[in-house]
Amino acid sequence: MEGRSHSVTLEVEKCKGCTTCIRYCPTEAIRVRGGRARINSDLCIDCGQCIRVCPNHAKQAVFDQLQDSMGRFKYKVALPAPTLYGQFNNLDDIDFVLAGLLEMGFDAVFEVARAAEIVSDYSRKLMETRALTYPVISSACPAVVRLIRSRFPSLCTHVMSIKSPMHVAAALARTEAMEKTGLARDEIGIFFISPCPAKVTDAREPIGSMSSEVDCVVSVANIYKPLLLRMNKLKDGDPRHLASSGIMGISWATSGGEASALLEEKYLAADGIENVIKVLEELEDDKLSDISFIELNACPGGCVGGASTLENPFVAKARIQMLRRFLPVSRNKYEEREVPPHIVDWHFPLDEQPTEALAEDISEAMRKMQEIERLTAELPGLDCGACGAPSCEALARDVVAGRAKENACLFVLKHKLGELFEDAATDALTDAEEDKK
Amino acid sequence: MNKRLHYVIDGDDFTSAGQASGDVKKVLKTLGVPSEIVRKASIAMYEGEINMVIHADGGVIDVDIMPDRIVMALKDSGPGIPNVEEAMQAGFSTAPDTIRNLGFGAGMGLPNMKKYTDSMEIDTKVGVGTTITMTVKIV
Repeated sequence: MEGRSHSVTLEVEKCKGCTTCIRYCPTEAIRVRGGRARINSDLCIDCGQCIRVCPNHAKQAVFDQLQDSMGRFKYKVALPAPTLYGQFNNLDDIDFVLAGLLEMGFDAVFEVARAAEIVSDYSRKLMETRALTYPVISSACPAVVRLIRSRFPSLCTHVMSIKSPMHVAAALARTEAMEKTGLARDEIGIFFISPCPAKVTDAREPIGSMSSEVDCVVSVANIYKPLLLRMNKLKDGDPRHLASSGIMGISWATSGGEASALLEEKYLAADGIENVIKVLEELEDDKLSDISFIELNACPGGCVGGASTLENPFVAKARIQMLRRFLPVSRNKYEEREVPPHIVDWHFPLDEQPTEALAEDISEAMRKMQEIERLTAELPGLDCGACGAPSCEALARDVVAGRAKENACLFVLKHKLGELFEDAATDALTDAEEDKK
Repeated sequence: MNKRLHYVIDGDDFTSAGQASGDVKKVLKTLGVPSEIVRKASIAMYEGEINMVIHADGGVIDVDIMPDRIVMALKDSGPGIPNVEEAMQAGFSTAPDTIRNLGFGAGMGLPNMKKYTDSMEIDTKVGVGTTITMTVKIV
């Protein structure tokens, strides 16, 4: 488990050790030690929350750099996430974005929204079999899937065991490129343009399969400027008909888009990691038996709220809404012919990876819990974060695990120092009195 | 070694109904109890907790977590259950419309508590109260 790769890193010189991030981390994975934030990689789910809240922009997502990566391949395919379309002002045709990508040096584009329509169709058929564990949870947001695996392991069986549109798009794009060019697999580069850091981890260590067809992940924020420059140089009537997705596909960028594409009204869509956690708690308590499908997005508003986007999620959502006006419902060409299941299905089921247990043995865990409760009662209960842990209880847990000292708490330290001073003062007084005598 | 938890359930406060079972769920996860058992115990306790609020004006819950089992005792001084056999049938409900409108009172409370636990004992007397003791085995 140790050393699991993550996409979030810290720019040490920018981190002031201010403790903002530790409070917002939904899995309490961050501690400030020695004046800077450290992430416990066993607990991090790549949700990007710390990147979003850091006032010093010290938290960064590690993406591939476009210039470095482009030269590695003979033929390059861009896979824009539909969120990209919501970043531009006055855009009325997706073809401008796609043509701009070609101008940047990509040889082809494969819209992730197109794959989303294939995934929607596939999920609809799966839902019709009624052979799943209901309510079914979407597997599209990798941060949510990682959260379920670690904090809600009993819900693993509810997660739909299919790949996200990004992986499906990558597999289909590579096959198309190989057929068209006759090049070998590794001569073709598949570039996903991502709204969030979770997709970087998901491309490197995909859930449910051994490897991904995605070669590089670049962020929407990084590609924005060079892409905008190329788009501005395009003339009216310039863009060819490149777009191959409809309303269903691009709606995946916003919360509720995936669920509504299932044409199933008994769905629930929640976005923002705190809301996602609330829904999972309810599901765990068996309170959602009247729901068939649950769409969960870690970011506020859905993928448009991703930590690596530029535009405010509400504005991006409105723009995507406007772009939908001129689109057909779906342009899924796979509706007539079957999608090969191995392209979409996970190769193995989601495994439980609980992270909350204090010890493997219950009696040992009880002993630790007792110790944590005793320590917590001694702490001030202010959850001020000054010790570098998100709460007094978290500090107590760290102390019991041997990862921190109790006097990391300023109040405990002050108390101990006070005692020391008092002792020293009493000693000094006694000495002085004895001297007098 | 075991872990004991005690809760006083307020019969007038629907907004906090479910807090005790939520807390037990958290403790069980922290103790490393297998996820399926955590789920069973917390659903059973949640149903019991809601029943206490709806029918009995609250009560007390004692949870005893041992390495091999979880025992949950729910004690109230409510109206008692006149016909236990009838109350155990799925769908049987005496809940008023006001409660049903909140999505409760579907008549699945007691049947679910039995379904999700390994044993359940009901000690009830009309006009005196009800004590329900549920056990979920860990190993």
